[in-house]
Amino acid sequence: MRTTAILYALLGLFALCVPWLGIYPVFMMKLLCFAMFACAYNLLLGFGRMLSFGHAAFFGFAAYVSSWLITAHAFGPSAAILCAMVVAAALGTLIGGLAIRRHGIYFAMITLALGQLVYFVCLEAPFTGGENGLQGVPRGSLFGILPLRSDVVLYYLVLAIFVAVFLFIRRVVHSPFGQVLKAIRESEPRAISLGYDSNRYKLVAFVISATLAGLAGSLNALVLGFATLSDVQQSTSGEVILMTLLGGTGTFFGPVVGAAVIVTLQEYLSDIVGGWVTAIIGLIFVACVLSFRRGIVGELETLRLRRLRPMGKEPAAPA
Amino acid sequence: MLARRIGRVAAHGCSAPVTEIFGIPVAVILGQLTLGLVNGSFYAMLSLGLAVIFGLMGVVNFAHGAFYTLGAFAALLGLQYCGINYWAALVLAPLAVGLIGVVVERLLLRRLYGLDPLYGLLLTFGLALIVEGSLHQVFGATGQSYPVPQSLAGALNLHFMFLPLYRAWVILASVVVCFSTWFVIERTRLGATLRAATENAPLLQAFGVNVPLLKATTYGGGVALAALAGVLASPVVLVNSHMGNSLVIVVFAVVVIGGMGSILGAIVSGLVLGVVEGFTKVIYPEASNIVVFVIMALVLILRPAGLFGKE
Repeated sequence: MRTTAILYALLGLFALCVPWLGIYPVFMMKLLCFAMFACAYNLLLGFGRMLSFGHAAFFGFAAYVSSWLITAHAFGPSAAILCAMVVAAALGTLIGGLAIRRHGIYFAMITLALGQLVYFVCLEAPFTGGENGLQGVPRGSLFGILPLRSDVVLYYLVLAIFVAVFLFIRRVVHSPFGQVLKAIRESEPRAISLGYDSNRYKLVAFVISATLAGLAGSLNALVLGFATLSDVQQSTSGEVILMTLLGGTGTFFGPVVGAAVIVTLQEYLSDIVGGWVTAIIGLIFVACVLSFRRGIVGELETLRLRRLRPMGKEPAAPA
Repeated sequence: MLARRIGRVAAHGCSAPVTEIFGIPVAVILGQLTLGLVNGSFYAMLSLGLAVIFGLMGVVNFAHGAFYTLGAFAALLGLQYCGINYWAALVLAPLAVGLIGVVVERLLLRRLYGLDPLYGLLLTFGLALIVEGSLHQVFGATGQSYPVPQSLAGALNLHFMFLPLYRAWVILASVVVCFSTWFVIERTRLGATLRAATENAPLLQAFGVNVPLLKATTYGGGVALAALAGVLASPVVLVNSHMGNSLVIVVFAVVVIGGMGSILGAIVSGLVLGVVEGFTKVIYPEASNIVVFVIMALVLILRPAGLFGKE
């Protein structure tokens, strides 16, 4: 427990110092947005065992909504992002409500298909700018007071939001609601026989996850200044799955590690290997599924627990 | 999308006498209908393979689209570099891709039996990314076209419409292939063994049937079916690295609609949805990309287990 606390403290210190370490702030912000996205996704996959293959729909659609509100209706960033979150929540209720009617792999296929539906809507709808997307989204100023044009200011805002989302997800998982969700993950029939309305719990988890994914997406668009089709594409859904899986599903910090690895890979690897990035991501996927299904953080946790208690039991959901 | 690309090819195919229904020339409607059937043929062949693989191995093969793409590329490269003609490719490409499938099953998928089926889905998703990413990198983003074989070029004049011979051939071939597969599975001894393995593999193994071999063959067979669809599709679509990706998503929706429990269900829903998509293209073209997904949503509301499914 103490090592974890020290690690978090060090990471926090690092995150606070980033602007002075010569790391490109926009890169760090993108990383944090995807980490947020992966954490939101993990709430669904790790704690609810629902494999959504269409989460880019919430991420990307929210990005479009907030960017559209800012460019076409002169909304401030906070109002635009809040509206985008509401839209993502509504979309999550719709898609989640349909998808939880089936289980397991069917759930995955349904979310995939509905995600593709959202993609086509974004492609054809009049307000999304078609193939070009929405470009030149101004950052504006927070509550009309704090201008966000400076990368450093925006970085601290994104960091603060990320920390809030991270703590919120921890809170949700540790709440009675989260415990029931885990019970459903372990055995849905048992949870139902204990009197829990499992569909309601799953839907609420789905909507929370979609809303936070929407927050991540609209924030990402604000940072980069554009929203494009690649945000809603199926490959983005695949990436967030990989981030969660690689870092460790069902661990709190795993998705952050996974997002850091994948975003860094994409940023720096593409200079070296060019277009092979997709194939390499595929290879990581295969390696993950075959040899370390617990993910980086999950494997480390198991190692540590094994060292502490040689006969110890496997952790159900390491913190 | 695939359908849209075919649509462009179709535009100059129909010039029959102008009769109209609701202001739309009948020839256009029939043209889109046959195009819908062509697409439906591919949906049927792919969802059939998915259903068989899932039934026996509990693996949702996300790489199905990638194997379809591989089939088309095998035909194209075979023609360009080895002079293998269309008819030979129709046999050789599925064989080659089927062998790759067997290797994939033996080396990778086998390790996931007994785990949550979600892992199989994720593994094959990774495989699809590897195949698509590599093809994209090697052959570029622009598609190449495969020439229609000489003997199937031209069109039949049915008086009310011109039916391009190649389209007729695709529909015929896939219906024959689908129903032969159905026949093999439902009516032969091999099929009975296969179904027995679906019901209770350990018991069948105790009777002396080589179940691991059966699984490898089934995966290879299902994948070969996808490759065959790819070869059939190569003269009507542009052969490129992502041709399978958009298709497999629609096929997943088809599978959700039909329910994976029934082979006949997979075939019928594939064909019917292709036709529905074709009709949508005539009536309301903007929705043609999404109509299958919308139908899926409706089916989920009305009959959550799928039209032919039992859950």
